[in-house]
Amino acid sequence: MPETSPLIQAIFGRLTFESIPLHEPILIGTFAVVALGGMALLYLLYRYRLWGYLWREWFTTVDHKKIGIMYMVLGIIMLLRGFADAIMMRIQQSIAFNGSEGYLNAHHYDQIFTAHGVIMIFFVAMPLVTGLMNYIVPLQIGARDVSFPFLNNFSFWMTAGGAVVVMMSLFIGEFAQTGWLAYPPLSGISYSPGVGVDYYIWALQVAGVGTTLSGINLLVTIVKMRAPGMTMMKMPVFTWTSLCTNVLIVATFPVLTAVLVLLSLDRYVGTNFFTNDLGGNPMMYVNLIWIWGHPEVYILILPAFGIFSEVVSTFSGKRLFGYTSMVYATVVITILSYLVWLHHFFTMGSGASVNSFFGITTMIISIPTGAKIFNWLFTMYRGRIRFELPMMWTVAFMLTFVIGGMTGVLLAVPPADFVLHNSLFLVAHFHNVIIGGVLFGLFAGINYWWPKAFGFKLDTFWGTLSFWFWVVGFWVAFTPLYVLGLMGVTRRLRTFEDPSLQIWFIIAGIGAFIIALGIATFIIQMAVSIWRREALREHTGDPWNGRTLEWATSSPPPVYNFAFTPVIHDNDAWSDMKKRGYKRPLEGFRAIHMPSNTGTGVFLSALSVACAFGLIWYMWWLAALSFLGIITVAIAHTFNYQRDFYIPANEVVRTEDARSQLMNGGR
Amino acid sequence: MPMFRSLRRFTPFLLLPLFLLLSGCNWVVMSPSGDIAAQQRDLIIISTVLMLIIILPVMALTVLFAWRYRQSNKDAPYDPDWDHSTQLELVIWAVPLLIIICLGAVTWMGTHLLDPYRPLDRLAEGRPVEANTQPLDINVVALDWKWLFIYPEYAIASVNEVAAPVDRPIRFNITSSSVMNSFYVPALAGMIYAMPGMETKLHAVINNPGVYEGFSANYSGHGFSNMRFRFHGVDEAGFDEWIENARAEGGALQRQDYLELERPSEKEPVQYFATVDPLLFRAILNMCVDPGKMCMSEMAMIDRGGGAGLAGLSNLLPLTYDKNIRRGAVFGPKPTFVASICTVEEALAAGQPDPAQDRRVTGGAPLTGAGLPRPTRISFPSFSSPFGALQPSNI
Amino acid sequence: MTAAIQQAQNTEDLVFYVRDEEHHAEGSSTALGFWIYLMSDCLIFAILFAIYGVLGGNYAAGPGPQDLFDLELVAINTAMLLFSSITYGFAMLAAEKNRQGATLAWLAVTGLFGLAFLGIELFEFHHLIEMGATPQRSAFLSSFFVLVGTHGLHVTFGIIWLVTLMAQVKMRGLIPANRRRLMCLSMFWHFLDVIWIGVFTFVYLMGMLR
Repeated sequence: MPETSPLIQAIFGRLTFESIPLHEPILIGTFAVVALGGMALLYLLYRYRLWGYLWREWFTTVDHKKIGIMYMVLGIIMLLRGFADAIMMRIQQSIAFNGSEGYLNAHHYDQIFTAHGVIMIFFVAMPLVTGLMNYIVPLQIGARDVSFPFLNNFSFWMTAGGAVVVMMSLFIGEFAQTGWLAYPPLSGISYSPGVGVDYYIWALQVAGVGTTLSGINLLVTIVKMRAPGMTMMKMPVFTWTSLCTNVLIVATFPVLTAVLVLLSLDRYVGTNFFTNDLGGNPMMYVNLIWIWGHPEVYILILPAFGIFSEVVSTFSGKRLFGYTSMVYATVVITILSYLVWLHHFFTMGSGASVNSFFGITTMIISIPTGAKIFNWLFTMYRGRIRFELPMMWTVAFMLTFVIGGMTGVLLAVPPADFVLHNSLFLVAHFHNVIIGGVLFGLFAGINYWWPKAFGFKLDTFWGTLSFWFWVVGFWVAFTPLYVLGLMGVTRRLRTFEDPSLQIWFIIAGIGAFIIALGIATFIIQMAVSIWRREALREHTGDPWNGRTLEWATSSPPPVYNFAFTPVIHDNDAWSDMKKRGYKRPLEGFRAIHMPSNTGTGVFLSALSVACAFGLIWYMWWLAALSFLGIITVAIAHTFNYQRDFYIPANEVVRTEDARSQLMNGGR
Repeated sequence: MPMFRSLRRFTPFLLLPLFLLLSGCNWVVMSPSGDIAAQQRDLIIISTVLMLIIILPVMALTVLFAWRYRQSNKDAPYDPDWDHSTQLELVIWAVPLLIIICLGAVTWMGTHLLDPYRPLDRLAEGRPVEANTQPLDINVVALDWKWLFIYPEYAIASVNEVAAPVDRPIRFNITSSSVMNSFYVPALAGMIYAMPGMETKLHAVINNPGVYEGFSANYSGHGFSNMRFRFHGVDEAGFDEWIENARAEGGALQRQDYLELERPSEKEPVQYFATVDPLLFRAILNMCVDPGKMCMSEMAMIDRGGGAGLAGLSNLLPLTYDKNIRRGAVFGPKPTFVASICTVEEALAAGQPDPAQDRRVTGGAPLTGAGLPRPTRISFPSFSSPFGALQPSNI
Repeated sequence: MTAAIQQAQNTEDLVFYVRDEEHHAEGSSTALGFWIYLMSDCLIFAILFAIYGVLGGNYAAGPGPQDLFDLELVAINTAMLLFSSITYGFAMLAAEKNRQGATLAWLAVTGLFGLAFLGIELFEFHHLIEMGATPQRSAFLSSFFVLVGTHGLHVTFGIIWLVTLMAQVKMRGLIPANRRRLMCLSMFWHFLDVIWIGVFTFVYLMGMLR
């Protein structure tokens, strides 16, 4: 490395020209595509003068619905990145046989599998889940917004900021080569001296702030902002699962924050928390990160369970079977999820009693989960099932998830785990529950609530196609991994010796390509639906004969959600209202108190990204300045006392009248 | 309904795992050659069957209900307000509970019986281990990125190849030199982590002769994919031959040689060492192979006695030897290590600490390692401060 | 409102929406939200305590608590923080009585006690580092510095917040928004006090007994 002058070093830290991967054709190609696409987008925004619109109506919005949609957009964009990583891994693993090194060297391959895990969990699943909760929960509980609307905007931008930090690592420097949980000592400064782990740490820290705050926000919203009459046991199940999810977020993300702070102190200051020497203990890290990591799994799956509950009952045209036991099952899962973390490392050598304790607590979780499956099953029993897309996803989930659950319980048996731990069997298992559970749930939810958000349904032809590509692709991609796991093949391998394994990897690769078609058709589905939106339009606000409160208002809902706060008498509030002859109020509208937009969240997030970048590259001036900036902007924000406004009554009248006309006129 | 036509397409996939369980060939986890792995396999099958008792009916009911209560089937009863049945709820909580109770019992027993730390009591079904059989000790060290095996009984060592006689209990003592790895021979027994500064154990036995794959099952950095070794299950004669061969081929593995060996390298060929420093493994485990570095056992003993007092502050030496491109943290001091007080031999010989022997190193004079130059930083800061207890005279 | 619903149900004339709605009192959820935030912060401290519990005995053949801690100094420090909590209490009482001047004065005293606390803590840290007992020396020292330092960092931010709030009270008086903020900061300040009592007991007192 050439000598750099102290001045240059003070300005650029350890950032040099070599950090930019000009010698990597794949990355240059990617960069070119991203840059061209980005420039085209910028030009279009400029051409159609959308900047002001985007800034005023979207970036600075405090409307939970728009923030929800922005979360979904972020999640879908990051899904493309995460999936590109997946495809690259599949290709590498299906060609690296018979002495071939494949097309990825270790430096790249190790970054790719790390990035794949990090992105899929933190920047795909989390934003999609948070986005749905953000959009739906206030509507389901009859609220006009969340408890802390500004915080909601800020949370979103912090999550997006974390995603930006991860994406920067693609073109400037490198990402971590440690696996998605960055176990020390490997992730310590001795064994990972580069910027990769620092990118990892700061991306998660920036996004973690957003996640924690949004957890607090939604939790308070559900506790405090429910419409009159909605007791806890009258809340829709999706709201219940969101409540539990947010309890989990608030009670676990601080652990992640603390652990990552300690890891970064080890790396930056040279403390000895997780080092080999001077009394450090890497096993502490593994324990702590899984105390966060296991509940994280339930943070993702619980809202999906909520979605399935709503969908099953709506499309079976029937009340949800066993509402009470569903709620208790959710709560039990929430509590138990804290008592199982050790099952991620039975092989670390804890005693047999400790291992069996954690194994058995893990199995106990399958009891409430099993009860949930039965509840959905008996909701279908004696129903009138309409096989619309959300219901198709739900049935596919029920058939797929039970297999994932079974292999999960199998892995909870410690002696079985000794032979299957870290194997491709494990990889297949957690994809089985995350794709088969979380992702199928998200697709069910997107197809279900899209008409609510946009006022027109999603196209069914492309949706059905996407459904079959996903379901078939999933099984083709992951059944071979179960098989390979039973052949004793471990995860994260880049090259293989035994040529007889190759066929299985090729099948898995084909599966991944079928899933790629699933993603493509999903995007086409959205595009076609937007294109044909007039044909797919519906004016009632209740396209599925829904049962919960979000269907009571128009699609898309007005800014204020409900002109009058609804009063609830039954768990299936909207269904009950329809049955008992509810009439939409047509007069007597009043001015509505709403929060105002603010750009503070965007500024704070941009400064956080700058601060993270400075810390990653040792540009101390940048880190210090942007940190000062964060403090200043935050303080300045507190001097603003004008944070709300009134929507005048005549505007409410106009909005509601327009809806009446649409409903009466039909199409 | 398109749904159901396609559901039928599902069935081959659903049955696939079953077919796979039945077929043989290189399903090493399902058809292992060691008794421990075989018992683990049995546990997998028992658990799977137990769970299928409930999984299969659920899947069948899902398909059945989805089909029967489809909207177009006007014959099926429709009961939109039926949402509760106490009996049914009892069943849906009780049945999984019963299965989990069975599985829990199996788990508790299996986990204790197959605890890797537990000495074997059988070689295979119906063949108990004879009393006072000494297991074959093999010390395993995960290096970046290769495996070192030391046979203390024979004073030989090998790299990336390990052999053991058929039907003789083996006790692996496992550690790592740098990062976490996992020692795994699927045909022999389940895995266990190899961690620096820590010792894990694995008891196992191989029942069929053969050459088996072994590897690290926990990602450990760039060279991870090639961190493979061969496990040879051989008969007694073959084992003696293997030992002789190692003795004939190999050189010596002293601590200095080990420091060379542990430097990161990939795709190491098989190597043998005819003689091994008898203390090497304990030194690796206590992370004091490099001369002058304090062994963890010694450190633990001092710490148990309350630390080395303020004197311990100057007992640091700059780190010169390092196998990695190691460097200090950007805001930290230059990397240092704690210099030993005893020699490695003394420190390791002290072995398990005796509380009576615990001693507290006192006095303000700097400590020096055995045979080492005095630490560079010898002046002990003396100061008067409100920190009464901090004054050297008070210790 | 509940009574109204009840009545409506009795007369079979169901109410499905609230006609005469009072606007949600602004900030009605702030107290709960802040409580939950404090609990999540508490969890961070719980982790740091746990780390100290596990690594606190790993002196790496270096000094232990008995060699390093000066209880008298820490006792003085503790007193500073406890006093600051009391004076914050007085500030809240004054705010209750709508006495802006007194509120500001008590807040200023609180801030000074907080600064004194920080000063003593920094003095202690400086001495430890000076003599070589740096956070890098052993896992015990790492966990000690980080646990105590995280608390100190919280106090620092508390003081910044305090100053900001004083400016805001000065500018706008004891309006409801400012009262709400005073209450949040008060919870934060007392929370730090509770944490410190944990630190004092668990790290310093028990450390000397070890």
